[in-house]
Amino acid sequence: MSTEALQQEEVVEEVKKSEPLFSKKNRKLVTNPLDIDNPITVQVLGICSALAVTIKLEPTIVMCMAVFFVMTLSSTIISMLRHSIPNRIRIIVQLAVVASLVAIVDQILQAYAYDVSKQLSVFVGLIITNCIVMGRLEAFALGNKPWPSFLDAAGNAFGYAAILIIVAFFRELLGSGSIFNFKVFAAMGVDYVGNGVMTNTAGACLILGLLIWAQRARNGYYEEE
Amino acid sequence: MEHYLNIFVKSIFVDNMIFAYFLGMCSYLAVSKKINTAVGLGLAVIFVLGITIPLNWLVYNYFLKEGALTWISADMAGVNLEVLKFIVFIAVIAAFVQLTEMAVEKFSPSLYNALGIFLPLIAVNCSILGAALFLPGREYNLSEATVYGLGSGVGWFLAVVALAAIREKLAYSDVPKPLRGLGITFITVGLMAFGFLSFMGFKLPF
Repeated sequence: MSTEALQQEEVVEEVKKSEPLFSKKNRKLVTNPLDIDNPITVQVLGICSALAVTIKLEPTIVMCMAVFFVMTLSSTIISMLRHSIPNRIRIIVQLAVVASLVAIVDQILQAYAYDVSKQLSVFVGLIITNCIVMGRLEAFALGNKPWPSFLDAAGNAFGYAAILIIVAFFRELLGSGSIFNFKVFAAMGVDYVGNGVMTNTAGACLILGLLIWAQRARNGYYEEE
Repeated sequence: MEHYLNIFVKSIFVDNMIFAYFLGMCSYLAVSKKINTAVGLGLAVIFVLGITIPLNWLVYNYFLKEGALTWISADMAGVNLEVLKFIVFIAVIAAFVQLTEMAVEKFSPSLYNALGIFLPLIAVNCSILGAALFLPGREYNLSEATVYGLGSGVGWFLAVVALAAIREKLAYSDVPKPLRGLGITFITVGLMAFGFLSFMGFKLPF
């Protein structure tokens, strides 16, 4: 849990530096999704990519940046268009905006980070159907001004990134005994055999499950069933 | 025939949408509380995958792939529209889902009541778009692609019904409070994925 707390503080500080535009309400938009309203562990959105790309830290961080780019821009664009989008076809409009942004990201990745884009395979494309993006557009951007929508998207992208990075950290450490491809255990002189389960589907689900447990035990959020 | 059966079995068990690729996780977790809803969405996924995969195969091979436009004129052999695949695939899926919804509502109100609420959800189910995005890498022909689409759908159906069954039982067990709901579900999915790992490299014996 310590890694999580550390990460959150970093992000919060970043926000505070550029204060003037951030009223208390606007700050909440960014900080809430980091913990009590986290898109993955509380809203249960965007799980597919959270599990699939987290085998190693490097692709995870690239993926988080891609999601941040797509989310903030699509939220801002949809928010600016919100009065001219007919209600009946809004899903198609949103999909078109998001899909175009994703196509841009995909082309950029293929041009400048080909290896990573190969590792991410279809999951860059799947940002289109990543429920966080659509969820925030539907729930927030359609009814709010561009600037709060941007902040809301940024906050949710950070919350998404925080969880992904924690999961990826443990999966890379336990699965291949390395951090950012640096062999930690070998450097310490420990003979560590990579745990195949962690690089697999099963490990991702288990780690995310335990992470949710730890988070909820700490902040006291319970689900009624 | 065996060849198709092999693709079918492989896409259900070995390349299971949920347990091998984590596709369609969001709706998978959301609808797996009750078996009835799970069966409803599962059937809708089989249906939509079985039709949109061949549709997207046609679109990809006759419009988007490099040199795919030669059937219009020989000059267009160098045209490569692969950049557009995200937009086109999602447009095909969203349009098809919308059309199906309207058709089902008009011609079979009872089916619409059973399936209708799930259909709009499916447009943004990653397993549909994900399966379409796997197409270019797999080089199937049209009938193989259809079998692959149906198989992926059946795999998703099995996974969601199985999880729903387990969760219905779990409702009566004494789970630690913070673990209830999402936490225990993830751990259950993890353990189910263990089971499906044993299918890795599985092939029919003919």
